[in-house]
Amino acid sequence: MKPRIEVVGVDSLLLRLFDQIDEDNMPWMLAATQRVRDAFGTALTDLVPSYTTLLVHYDLTRLNDQQARQHLHQALEGLQPAAAESARQHDIPVWYDPSVGPELQALGERSGLGVAGVIEQHSAHIYQVFALGFAPGFAFLGLVDERLASPRLATPRKQVPAGSLGIADRQTAIYPLVSPGGWNLIGRSPVRLFDRELDGYSLWQPGDRVRFVPIERAEFVRLGGDDSPFEETTA
Amino acid sequence: MSLLIERAGALASLQDGGRMGVRHLGVTQGGPVDWVSHNWANWLLGNPVQAATVEITLGNFSLRAQTDTCLAICGADLGAALDDEAIAPGRSFEVRKGQLLTFTHPKRGVRAYLAAPGGFQATPVLGSCATVRREQLGGLTGDGQALTEGNRLHWLGGASATPRELPAQTVTPLSSPSLAVVLGAQFGDFSGQSLFDAFNSDWTVDQRADRMGVRLRGPVLQSARSSMISEGVPLGAIQVPADGQPIILLNDRQTIGGYPRLGALTPAAVAQLAQCLPGTSLRLKPIALEAAQRAHRELLAQWR
Repeated sequence: MKPRIEVVGVDSLLLRLFDQIDEDNMPWMLAATQRVRDAFGTALTDLVPSYTTLLVHYDLTRLNDQQARQHLHQALEGLQPAAAESARQHDIPVWYDPSVGPELQALGERSGLGVAGVIEQHSAHIYQVFALGFAPGFAFLGLVDERLASPRLATPRKQVPAGSLGIADRQTAIYPLVSPGGWNLIGRSPVRLFDRELDGYSLWQPGDRVRFVPIERAEFVRLGGDDSPFEETTA
Repeated sequence: MSLLIERAGALASLQDGGRMGVRHLGVTQGGPVDWVSHNWANWLLGNPVQAATVEITLGNFSLRAQTDTCLAICGADLGAALDDEAIAPGRSFEVRKGQLLTFTHPKRGVRAYLAAPGGFQATPVLGSCATVRREQLGGLTGDGQALTEGNRLHWLGGASATPRELPAQTVTPLSSPSLAVVLGAQFGDFSGQSLFDAFNSDWTVDQRADRMGVRLRGPVLQSARSSMISEGVPLGAIQVPADGQPIILLNDRQTIGGYPRLGALTPAAVAQLAQCLPGTSLRLKPIALEAAQRAHRELLAQWR
């Protein structure tokens, strides 16, 4: 780890901790996130962790560039990776089915695993939340098995139903809200990921671990899922 | 004590200081794009500058007073009139019950801000009532809907507004086509020619402009890097996708992004850009970080 501090805006610094996406980075990223929060205290306006970086937006009326950099140095001093036990794990039920996952069949064929094999592989791994972004509660999870890696659709869809589970390259994610999107859809989850009823609004945070649990249609509906088949919108 | 919306126009939404401290959840900041005019609108009534205003985009908007009150308008000149009396932006004014306040079409600028005593009332979601339609957050009903005909706007203050006039020589965000940029992020990855072009060419504001971002048309900028690992992006970030045409990211931007960036507009320049109609010609001008920080602090100090 060779941390670098970069100017990205008048009141924002980017702390770059790694150069590659790696699950082994996460304990360091989590620890750094907490240390930065502690170092800046109430002078922190916003903190956006992503795969390898922390965007630090600070209060310019309280700190100048020099002081903000000092806080970052202080946060990194003697940094130790966060304990693995501190990460929460979520079991997320998913109805893997071609009727709600229009790319499931093709992925089964392309990977040579078949539909059953794709489901087995996708639900076998425990994923990490690398970052939240794109939409509220949208978690970038990884890394999926190389055989499941799929490039984004050439033309993103105008409308992807809420709960849709997708794959893009070696990442996987669930769309918390109906939104545009270009990921390969392979199933749907009934779980609310972003909701004002949830404590902290978001089910998960960067660093959490996630396992997908295959369920049948009846269970999906019982859990409140909308089983209407996926339809391409032409608008 | 309310205003009844009779015509909702292209886009009018409640905005306050923005939804801060939640971007790690993927939640964008929202808030007034021309935050300077929003602050002045509040200041004209003696409100806290973070209080909620109505951001009126392009006009075709009208509301009827259900009670006597005092209101203020700042930002774009959208041809506002109280019944038949023209109301120039940058002032507060008395309104009688039954009078109609209309905004017709843009004469200068894009967005006008309407303030009421104490700020408009809405239940905050994640600490803010800033309306973000894409995220279904904020606004009158909390679910991100824009204002619509029949909505009633209430405000928090009583008859306690302390109307005042803008200080002499107040510079509004309408006056400058030159936008200050703090260089940073991946700017070192751009070719020398591209860096020269970025700051020595006229840029045209594209039709594709909204609260998420504004595209500029001009010379093609080339970066040695085509894509990168997504990272957090600040307000005003100038990202350059593969087609070489910059997109300046505004309040409703996605929280992380994977395109190389030249740096970011200063907050004051973001407010200026928010008032540029498509077709506007503008320049980008680099500013040293220290000078940009000093200018921003001085700007903020005006409202203390």
